[in-house]
Amino acid sequence: MKNNLILYIGILILGIAAPFIFPAFKVQLSILCVLIVLATTWNIQGGEMGYNSFGNILFYGLGMYLCASVQVGMFFPLAEWTESGGEKTFVHTPAQFFQGMAVGLIVAAVVPTIVAGLIGYSILGLRGHYFAICTLGLGVAAGEISGGIEIIGAGQGFTTPPFPDVGSLDSRGEFFYFLSFFVLVLTFVTVRSIYTTRFKLILNAIRDNEDKAEAMGIETMKYKIIGWMISAFFCGLAGGIMGGLVGYIDSTDVAFDGREMGVFMVLMAILGGKGTLWGPIIGATVFHIFKEGFWTFFLGWQYVALGVLIVVIVIYFPEGIMGWLREKYPERFGEVVDEKDRKAQVELK
Amino acid sequence: MISVQACLDGILLGILFALIAYGMALQWGVMNIINIAQGDLVILGGYIAYFMYLYGIHPAWGVIVAPVIMYFVGIAIYKLVINKVVDRDLFISILATFGISILFMQLMNFAFGADVVLANSDYGTTMLFNNNVVLPNSKIFSAFISILFAICLVIYMKKSKLGRAIRATAQNARAAKILGVDTEKVYAATFGINAALCGVAGALISITFTIHPYMGLPYTIRSFMIVIVAGLGNLPGVAMSGMGLGVFEEFADYILGTEFRIGSVFLLLVLILIYRRFKLSRKREYLK
Repeated sequence: MKNNLILYIGILILGIAAPFIFPAFKVQLSILCVLIVLATTWNIQGGEMGYNSFGNILFYGLGMYLCASVQVGMFFPLAEWTESGGEKTFVHTPAQFFQGMAVGLIVAAVVPTIVAGLIGYSILGLRGHYFAICTLGLGVAAGEISGGIEIIGAGQGFTTPPFPDVGSLDSRGEFFYFLSFFVLVLTFVTVRSIYTTRFKLILNAIRDNEDKAEAMGIETMKYKIIGWMISAFFCGLAGGIMGGLVGYIDSTDVAFDGREMGVFMVLMAILGGKGTLWGPIIGATVFHIFKEGFWTFFLGWQYVALGVLIVVIVIYFPEGIMGWLREKYPERFGEVVDEKDRKAQVELK
Repeated sequence: MISVQACLDGILLGILFALIAYGMALQWGVMNIINIAQGDLVILGGYIAYFMYLYGIHPAWGVIVAPVIMYFVGIAIYKLVINKVVDRDLFISILATFGISILFMQLMNFAFGADVVLANSDYGTTMLFNNNVVLPNSKIFSAFISILFAICLVIYMKKSKLGRAIRATAQNARAAKILGVDTEKVYAATFGINAALCGVAGALISITFTIHPYMGLPYTIRSFMIVIVAGLGNLPGVAMSGMGLGVFEEFADYILGTEFRIGSVFLLLVLILIYRRFKLSRKREYLK
């Protein structure tokens, strides 16, 4: 336990110091924080609950649009803003920008949570691949429909308010980094404290055998919905931050991007090892480094690489990094190993 | 008259969807795999016909060439990826075929460019009801060819040895294996036949509509929807629900506008699943 505390403090200090150690990578580090948040929250119902969703992108995109719309709509007419493409006629003062961002992020977190609660009741009754395909359909439908709505920019996209001039040039990167890092810490603390309660055991029971869990008197539907709502809350926050960070929202290429973000969060969680606390974090970090390298050096071939990567990870590495480590060093995970028994099992394999 | 036009268009379109869905039902029933790359196989078949058109061959011949090429593409995909995920968790196969889908999408984008293309067949149009309803002959041709292929396949599945083996494997893979069916071969053949059907459908789509490297996913979703509405192994049901989906789509196009067409398809899928979930939950059952 004491070791863990030192580890956490070390990571916290590293996280706070990171933008000053690597000043050129502030945007990348903020994206990494957002990716970790997405992977960790996907893991709540994908890994722990066994409900593999392709639809968390819905909350991410919703949060993105909501945050930007609120930020603009609080001070200027939204329709004129999208029509002008965020031109110089409307400029946020620093106070307006930060107020708008704060209110926008709250809305971006709360509304997806409510949406998750509402649709969760109908969708979480589906199981297995029906749930997966249904959520896939939901994500794509949201993208297609938001691409037809005029007030949020329809096909041309939506420019989020530019960062106001508050003195130094670096402040934009630092602001977004610390915002996303704060959300990351918030997510980690929440998820970690959830995982120490009975709630996690219930989620695992649902994953292992839902009928039996129900027969034992657990109201599975209630817990499934709560689990999904927690995911939606943080996905919405992450989306809101990402919208401000990218500076431009497009319905199918940025917000409801099932081909990129929607798959990334699944892939990161599986790469790291689903159903573990640290797995998604490690997976997201490894994936982000790999992705940035590939995106830079093999520009144009990145989706080919992504497709191959998905197939390879899924077929040859479904347990992920944490699963592999667990196989290799079971003692570290608090499992008591009987050496004779383990050898016998290895021989059996 | 617009509604008659939409109905006829929808029915002709729906027959094509039903052909794709039949392939999906086949592999779902036999191998218990949902192939997200189904739509991308369709688009690939379309590009084969389009290339024949570019080189001066009439694209209708694509209906014969595309399935032959696609059969081998299907076998190759099976050997490389699918045979490793057949017996595993369903989510693994969904994710693996999702990866194949992204891969195909991007490779087609490189090879053929990101333009919307169509192969012009020069079939002219048919006017009905005092010229109020205009039907392109290519649509009638494509519906006719799809029905022809579907009938041929049904007869093949009923009469041939491989067809019997496939049906036996679908009923009980283990028992079929014990009785001497080479299930590995059956799986490969099933995937190949599915890919060939996609090739036919794709060639017809390139004649009647347009194709684009990124348009694959809606075809997957449509065929999935048709299969869950009709149920596995219910061929008349597949045809009927395919046509119903076609008509729905045409009406959604007229009423909501073209930009919501794909969105309404995906939304319909969600609504159908929710409807079935509530219907089943009254009996304390669920979709699985």
